Amino acid sequence: MLKYILKRIVWSAVTIFILITMTFFLMHLVPGSPFVSDKTTPIEKANMEKKYGLDKPLTTQYTIYLGQLAKGDFGTSLTKKGRTVLSIITGKLPYSAKLGFMAIAFALIIGIPLGCAAAIKHESLLDRIIMLFTTVFISVPGFVLGTLFVVIFGVLLPIAPTTWEDIPANYVLPVLTYAFYPICYITKLMRSSMLETLGQDYIKTAHAKGLSGFAVNFKHALKNSILPVITYLGPLTAFLITGGFAVEKIFSVPGLGRFFIESVQGRDYPVIMGTTIILGSLMIIMNFFVDLIYSFVDPKIKLR
Amino acid sequence: MENKRLLDIKDLRVSFFTPGGEVKAVRGVSWSLDEGEAIGIVGESGSGKTVSVYSIMRLLQSPGKIIGGSIKFDGQEITALSEKEMREIRGNRIAMIFQDPMTSLNPVFTVGNQIREPLKLHLKMDSASANVRAIELLRTVGIPNPKRRVKQYPFEFSGGMRQRAMISMALGCEPKLLIADEPTTALDVTIQAQILEIMKELKQRRSMSIILITHDLGIVSDICDKIIIMYGGEIVEYGPIESLFEAPSHQYTLGLIGSLPKIDVTEKEVLTPIEGTPVDLMHPPAGCPFAPRCSETMKICLTEKPPYYEIGEGHYSACWLHHKESGKEEN
Amino acid sequence: MDKSNGKPSKRINPFSMHINPAMFERATDEEKQELVIMRRSTSLWKDAMRRFRKNTFAMVALGLLIVLILFAFVGPLFSPYDYDQFNKGEEKQGPNLVHPFGTDDFGRDLLVRNMYGTQISLSVGIIAAALTVIIGSIYGSVSGFIGGRTDNIMMRIIDIIYSLPDLLVVILLSVTLRKPLETLLENTEWLKGISGLGAPFFSMLIVFALLYWGTMGRIVRGEVLRIKEQEYILAATALGAGRAKIIRQHVLPNCVGPVIVTATLQIPAAIFTESFLSFIGLGISAPLASLGSMVTDALGGIYSFPYRIVFPALLISLIILAFNTIGDALRDVLDPRMKK
Repeated sequence: MLKYILKRIVWSAVTIFILITMTFFLMHLVPGSPFVSDKTTPIEKANMEKKYGLDKPLTTQYTIYLGQLAKGDFGTSLTKKGRTVLSIITGKLPYSAKLGFMAIAFALIIGIPLGCAAAIKHESLLDRIIMLFTTVFISVPGFVLGTLFVVIFGVLLPIAPTTWEDIPANYVLPVLTYAFYPICYITKLMRSSMLETLGQDYIKTAHAKGLSGFAVNFKHALKNSILPVITYLGPLTAFLITGGFAVEKIFSVPGLGRFFIESVQGRDYPVIMGTTIILGSLMIIMNFFVDLIYSFVDPKIKLR
Repeated sequence: MENKRLLDIKDLRVSFFTPGGEVKAVRGVSWSLDEGEAIGIVGESGSGKTVSVYSIMRLLQSPGKIIGGSIKFDGQEITALSEKEMREIRGNRIAMIFQDPMTSLNPVFTVGNQIREPLKLHLKMDSASANVRAIELLRTVGIPNPKRRVKQYPFEFSGGMRQRAMISMALGCEPKLLIADEPTTALDVTIQAQILEIMKELKQRRSMSIILITHDLGIVSDICDKIIIMYGGEIVEYGPIESLFEAPSHQYTLGLIGSLPKIDVTEKEVLTPIEGTPVDLMHPPAGCPFAPRCSETMKICLTEKPPYYEIGEGHYSACWLHHKESGKEEN
Repeated sequence: MDKSNGKPSKRINPFSMHINPAMFERATDEEKQELVIMRRSTSLWKDAMRRFRKNTFAMVALGLLIVLILFAFVGPLFSPYDYDQFNKGEEKQGPNLVHPFGTDDFGRDLLVRNMYGTQISLSVGIIAAALTVIIGSIYGSVSGFIGGRTDNIMMRIIDIIYSLPDLLVVILLSVTLRKPLETLLENTEWLKGISGLGAPFFSMLIVFALLYWGTMGRIVRGEVLRIKEQEYILAATALGAGRAKIIRQHVLPNCVGPVIVTATLQIPAAIFTESFLSFIGLGISAPLASLGSMVTDALGGIYSFPYRIVFPALLISLIILAFNTIGDALRDVLDPRMKK
């Protein structure tokens, strides 16, 4: 198992590295340099040139940038004067993290039991309703759902708050919007995984031993079925991080996602680069942790 | 000395109520089994052999239903028991092992865990004593180093060992009846022989009754005392093993034996497969189910079900050819 | 042993009834055949299409898709308005008989704009999916044919691309490719015709095509490897040109099933990406309208004009839903595994 973990660590590190490299070189496709804009004063410009070696060849600039990153310096924002990218990110991350965390928890708590119920009561009315619901809503993009929620709960029945405050009431709609797609996806995933497991021979064996339906479903079937759902946790976190962009914009949550969008629109390149790298690395690290959890659950990996 | 009658099946009928219609999988089947006896049930896919046996443990998957007949096990009427009462029998007084040991064991639990399950459930053993017994069981079926093996996962066992582990799991509560559904089909020949040895020993030493489902006549002759040949949801021939092999009478049985490769063949003999397609169980024929594929079909075979003609002591075959008027020499 | 033991249910007692001796004549083959119900033999395709037609959801989705296509491409022909036509004096109207979807702040008819938006979404989706099929097939066949270490490396590259956070990279690429594409479009003669669609349109296609061809590549490569085993002798004796023929004749027909399913499911993914990008402002720029950008525009005035959001939102959802349903149905129907 140790070998597996080490392999994963190396792989994650390599991917992060590729991400940084790609971000850097892509950003430089933009004419000029991403570190200066028309708004930069001559003094700041001179500083940038010194710091990032803007007159030097690109590859040298790259190594300089890497060095800066290693020191934790992601540059300074072009639009929010004077503030370092890192400080902005750390200021806004908590909101996004709170939303994301609640959404994941919600999705798992609702999705897993719903999927199990649908599989166990296969072809029943409950199953069909769940399938219909999830199939339809999985096709609705998050930002569409969010805006529809605003229309329904903000305009037609004015019960939702219109401006943002850091109180629980303001979290309801964003988390709901956020969690909708994962709930649908996890339910479907759990259901199909459970159905496949229930068709396996060892379930027949469990029945033949006289185990009750409960024991068969929740001891024998569940542990096998949950594996694909765990695997999905990785991409799920990735989705939540990026899904946050739209949710935060719609509900005016002052999180990192919304800020990222604004910087994209405002062409604040240092922020774009820094956020991409940080968020991207976050996703890659989350994937690694999910792989770790998976290796504990699946005995075939545990023992290798 | 007569052994006690353990299992008595009378006129069992089982159907599957699918969206496409009612599939009559088992259409009036009767046989019985004494303690310490082993019976082989032979037939091809769709013959009803598996369905009829699964009905004994009431393990039919929906939309299957027992629609008629009686199954008496050790004095109890199985068809009348509640699900809870059935669960007390399964794994406890009747145990079952399946065809593919690769997939019949849960891959995410240790072998020991799975063997302990019925012990804890039915015999109310605690974990420690159940573990001791599990190790003992593994030893009984000839698995070396059982103390280590009991903590391992199924994927760490070889195919033959897995099947042995399954057998040991089935024996845990000392059932009176062991049902084996094609236990050796997925194994290669040398392992097959070992598994059959274990089963023979169980029968002799523990007076355990065995039902062996298979399509392989060769295995049957090794272990079983009597044999039932099924086709199209009905029994076409049955009887004691010696009698049946000495005087196979039904056209289907003859076909089965004829399609077996023989080791002592000196000339080049062509294997004669049985021609034709299997029975449509949604619209089962009124006459003999084998009629469309038989080489000796008569007009009566198509419209009337043949009765059972006695071939020997306890040996019967359902075929119109045996009827006096057909001109074939049968008593 | 008890004689009554084991004897099955009552049959005719041969000695109690008189049976017509004629019944014991041999049955003819025709009489036997009558009892055997023959199943209609069908080809894989016919069987698949038959099952597809039985799937009500899929057929409804197909119908919906056709309606949407007509709405997008034929609809504008019936409207007196153009998508960027400022109709003075008719601004900020709610849905009415003249403007069924209402008008925006500039007096533009929203029905027509929604139609054009749907056009763009559908086009992006289908073209992007087609690109992934083409790129993936080429990459996969090459990788599979060359085999060995090169194949390994090429597959690794796909793994790397897929382990990158895709939406982030999409955003990144969209931001960075915009300027270069604009210059390219302005300066290249033969692209002038379609340059009206704007750099963002193409950047989205490029972005999507760059990132999502991997699945297709893997499918095709798997098929190539399988064929290689079988046609190994053939491939060895054929000359260079023979390989391309082998790919065309043997590999591609076998992949068609999974490729169609994957392609059908790529379309809604592309449409989602496009509408998302448009929503955050990286997509289609004014005066062109994409459904996603129309949602963004409507977001600003959502409290006063809620209806403006409903139409594009519904349209996006319906398009994605239709493709997803059809894709799922195709997958069920073309699945070679036997259904129990």
